[in-house]
Parts: sequence; structure tokens; C-alpha cells
Amino acid sequence: MAGNSTSAVSFRHISRHYGEVRAADDVSFDIAHGEFFSMLGPSGSGKTTCLRLIAGFEQPTSGDVLIDGKSMTGVPPYERDVNTVFQDYALFPHMSVAENVAYGLMIRKVPKAERLTKAEEMLAMVALAGLGGRKPSQLSGGQRQRVALARALVNRPSVLLLDEPLGALDLKLREQMQVELKAIQRQVGITFIYVTHDQGEALSMSDRIAVFNKGRPEQIASPAEIYEHPASAFVAGFVGVSNILSGAAAAAIPGTPAAFSIRPEKIVMAPSGTSAPQNSCAVDGTITSVLYLGASTRFHVALPAGGELTVIEQNREETASSAIARQGQPVRLIWQKSHIQEMRP
Amino acid sequence: MSLATAPSFREGPITRLSTALYLRPQLALLLLLLPPLLWLGIIYLGSLLALLAQSFFSVDDFSGLTVYQPTLKTYGELFTDANIAIILRTVGMAAAVTIGCSVIAFPLAYFMARFAGVRAKAIFYLAVMLPLWSNYLVRVYSWKLILAKEGVITWLFSLVGLQGLLDNILNLPVIGGPSLSASYIGMWIVFMYIWLPFMVLPIEAALERVPRSFIEASADLGAKPRATFRHVILPLAVPGVAAGSIFTFSLTLGDYIIPNLIGNSRPFVGMVVYAYQGTAGNVPLAAAFTMVPILVMAFYLAAAKRLGAFDAL
Repeated sequence: MAGNSTSAVSFRHISRHYGEVRAADDVSFDIAHGEFFSMLGPSGSGKTTCLRLIAGFEQPTSGDVLIDGKSMTGVPPYERDVNTVFQDYALFPHMSVAENVAYGLMIRKVPKAERLTKAEEMLAMVALAGLGGRKPSQLSGGQRQRVALARALVNRPSVLLLDEPLGALDLKLREQMQVELKAIQRQVGITFIYVTHDQGEALSMSDRIAVFNKGRPEQIASPAEIYEHPASAFVAGFVGVSNILSGAAAAAIPGTPAAFSIRPEKIVMAPSGTSAPQNSCAVDGTITSVLYLGASTRFHVALPAGGELTVIEQNREETASSAIARQGQPVRLIWQKSHIQEMRP
Repeated sequence: MSLATAPSFREGPITRLSTALYLRPQLALLLLLLPPLLWLGIIYLGSLLALLAQSFFSVDDFSGLTVYQPTLKTYGELFTDANIAIILRTVGMAAAVTIGCSVIAFPLAYFMARFAGVRAKAIFYLAVMLPLWSNYLVRVYSWKLILAKEGVITWLFSLVGLQGLLDNILNLPVIGGPSLSASYIGMWIVFMYIWLPFMVLPIEAALERVPRSFIEASADLGAKPRATFRHVILPLAVPGVAAGSIFTFSLTLGDYIIPNLIGNSRPFVGMVVYAYQGTAGNVPLAAAFTMVPILVMAFYLAAAKRLGAFDAL
């Protein structure tokens, strides 16, 4: 796909340096039309810098960003066919909600009646019909977030950039907005580029995810691929909970590579002495700590050769007291070989 | 360690007092507000009201003594042609100074808020505030010398061969005069210099409160820098300009030293108040004149509010 001139966005050897700091370091990738593409990573990993390079708020130190196959070198933000939903929403406080949404149309000199109609339509789409006359300060955080989305989408950009748009919302609202964002994206068919540090958000909404670390993507793949087959120890550790074993601890388990990762929910905890089925690995250990999480319980199991494995079990029968009573028990951990992801040691 | 041997925090009168105040936050608030409220209520507002009450008395023409009978006679005297000219002159100068100050202050404040680094901003703050640290009279007298016929400005104009331009400016009717220091132009310059910090600082504060993301959002939505300035930055800076203009306008309305030292000695409201309550001994008329800046400011604020100057607050 690299070099495909019909990609919505292409990064061609993009670097952005601030003095010694390499916020983006020789980044190259393509984002297809209509894709929901997430850039996931911890703060300072370069994901926001890459988003700002697409929007045009930053210029690359070297390399080229292409939008719809056109080079964006020297093109200011106001001449790019992209719109941004800002982390702090950046709604203009001196304008009404409708005026905020119609701002882009007003700048493009769309007649007043037409732009207010379009703004009202867009507000209806984000379930804010009838609130156009309010000031942003009279809205809740979730409502402001929707206004910011409507203000960006009303211009029908070729690419919509979202900079951690749900970061300021509480958990329930965030989950609801994830569902709605995905539905809106399907409805409008615009390419969404979504920056987040929340792996759950990225996994639930994206067609593809780029996991950023130290200024460059470590892996770009579908959510399932990222989760099931993390390409590096960083990806395995950042996306979901992961056990990473290497050295003596890994060598003590028959049939495993020198370094590998295994997801906690793939491990079955059996009574010690249980024999492992075909194509499985097994290791004995002792439960050292128990974390009761309501829907599930997290066990930490110490291995005799050193190291420990985290195991997550759904609480079908387990209660808090029965789970905690298992602390100190010897157990046998069994998992299928196919769930092992080999790591570069 | 047992509880009995733990040190008790209930000992000591200061600890007990602070606990008592902590448990009664309204009492603490009252204690904090009482001194400033007494100051404002009695010493400031009280004396102002006492002064204004004087404006409803009059001076006996024959004896020159104040007659303590409520009357509107003094306000009648206020509206003679000569006094109305004084009021219009003062308000006109205050308006000109306010406009001049905002035109000069805005770019400076804009640079300080948007572009200056931490160091540069500190230097700019110092440069803006520095004049306030030296004596007001000294500064006005220095300007009198700078603007004098033999002063540095006349010298500069002749140095670059623009003596004729300066002469033409000074030949302008009303605002001109024999020299800059004896003209309304000179007075306007000195007023602007003296009150400029009071305009720069509020505008800078207002612009500083405009987050970078607003400007980025505007550009992102297709606005060129000029449109962003017009639709986003300027409306959000207006409350700052309004706050600054309250300072420059009211300070100019009440000042009596600059019109005394610079200009063509035509009286301003401040000078008249000074003269009537002092040498002339006509406290009622001085009090009536004092009402003028207060009413002008009230109208000014009402008009500013009506025009939406404080909407973005």
C-alpha cells in the first residue's frame, strides 16, 4: 500500500525534531479512504505530533505529508481539506453553538440562511437539535464534545482528525461516545484519524491501529492482530495486559521460544498435577497475590525458575472470598502454543 | 504507640482559634471582609457621598459663604456655556487619549501575549511598568521639556528637514499652538504616555487568555490569519480593551496636573474642581463638577455593555 497515491493520507519519511528531541522520527505509512485509523501510544510517543503534521499546525523537519495524493509541504492549515476535533474542544466562547458549528461555512462565505440550516442539521446528527442558541459555556462536557464534532464535520472534510476527543469525559459517557463516533463515521464515510492513549478506545473503534513509541509506529495492524500478535514487547505491554517471559523463566517451560508473550486470559489455571493436552505448554507455580475485580479476578503466579505470570479468570463461580482464599495455592498453568507470541529477545 | 500517648492537637489557644474558625467558615469570611468593607463603606463611599451632598448646597454670592439649604442652583451654574465647553473639552480629550492608547497598546500587548518568550515578556512587562516607578510630576515636566519649542522633538524634525511639517501640524486650528508643549496635541501625547501601562496590561491579560487551540481551530476551519484575527482574537480582546479604556478614560477625565502644565491653559474638569474647592472656596460647584466624570463614566460603561464589550468575559 505504501506509495499508493490514492491514500487519504500518506507519511513519506516524516521527521519532526525539536532541537534534540525527535517527536517524529522517519515515519512512513498510508491511511486508506474511509478508514478509521487510530494512533495509539503513551504521551510523548509522537502520535499528537503526527496528527498536527496532518492538520498543518506543525511543519515536518524533513519528509512529506500527502493528503489525497497532494503534497502538503508549505500548505497552511486553512488550505487543507481536513478538520480537527480538539482535545479541549476549542469552541469559541463568544459565539453561540450554532455560530460555532457554522464557523467554517461562514469563512467560506456560505449564505447565512443556508449555513444555519446546515449547522442545525449537523447538530441534529450529534443529538443536539435545538441547542444552537446556547453558548458553549451552558453545555456539559459531553455536549461540547458533540458540538466540536459537528463543527468539524459540517465542512465535509476529506479527513477528520480527532485529538483524544473523549479524554475529558467520564467512563460511561466515553463508552457511549465510542459507539456513537463509530456509527457517525460509518454514516458520513469520512476518513477518521483518531489519537488516543486509551487502548480500549483504539481496540473498540479502529479499522487499523498504529502503536507509537519514541516517535515512530512500532506496529500498524488491525486491532485483533495488534492484540493477538503484538510485534514487540512494547506493543504487547502497552495494548492490554501481557506476560512477557525471557531468559531462565522461559527456558524452564518446555516447548516455548527464548522470549515470548502470552495474554493473561489465555492461561488456564488447573490443579497441580493436571497433565497438559496436545500442543499446549504447562508450568507449575504458586499464587502469590489475588486481585478481585468484580467481573474477573487477577492472579499473580510465581514460577519456580523465577519470574511470574498474570492470569485473569472470569468470575463465573468465584466470589471475592473464594478467590482470596486461593492465595498460596500451588497451581498448574496451561495454555495453547498458538497463543504464544514470540518476541525479539 | 497507644492513642493515650499520641500528642494531642487540641492544645494551645491559636490551634483552638483556628479550629473554631475552620468550623465556622462564614465567621472567618466576615472577619476577613470587615476591614475592607469598613474602609470602602465609611472612608471611601462615605466621603464621596459627603462631597456629592455638597453639590446640592450653594454659595451666597454676596458673602461667599456656603448656604446649607438643598437647592439645584449650583447645578444650574454648571450648565453655563463656559462650563459646558470645559466638560466637552475634557471628555473629548479623554476619548482621544483612550483611542490613541488602544491603538498603540494593542500591537504591543499582542506581541507580548502571543510571540514573546518568557524572558522577552519579562523585559516587556518591566518596560511597560517602569515609568510607573518614577515620579508622575517629574515625568510630566520632562515631557514639557521634550515638547518645548527648544526641545528635542523640534530639534529632531529640523535635523531630518521636516521643520515645515511640524509647523504645519502646529498651525492646525484648535489642536495646534505655538509649540507642542502649548497645544492639545502635546497634551494628548503626554496623557497617552502617562496612561499607556493601564491599557497595555488588561489587553495583554485578555489576549493571554485566548488559548492557542482557538487560533488553530479557526485556521483549521479555513480562516486565513486576518479572518482569525477579526472573528476570534479581536472579539475576545474587546473586554481587555474595555477594561483598559475605563482606566485611560476616567484617569484623563479627573487629571488636573497635565492640563495645568501642558497645553494652552484652557481649563479642564480636574483643574476647575481643584480651583473651586481651593482658592475660589466654592465647594458646592466643585462637587457639582465632580459629578460630571462619574456620570460620564456611568454612561460610558452602560454604552460599552450595550455594545457587547463584556459579552466574551
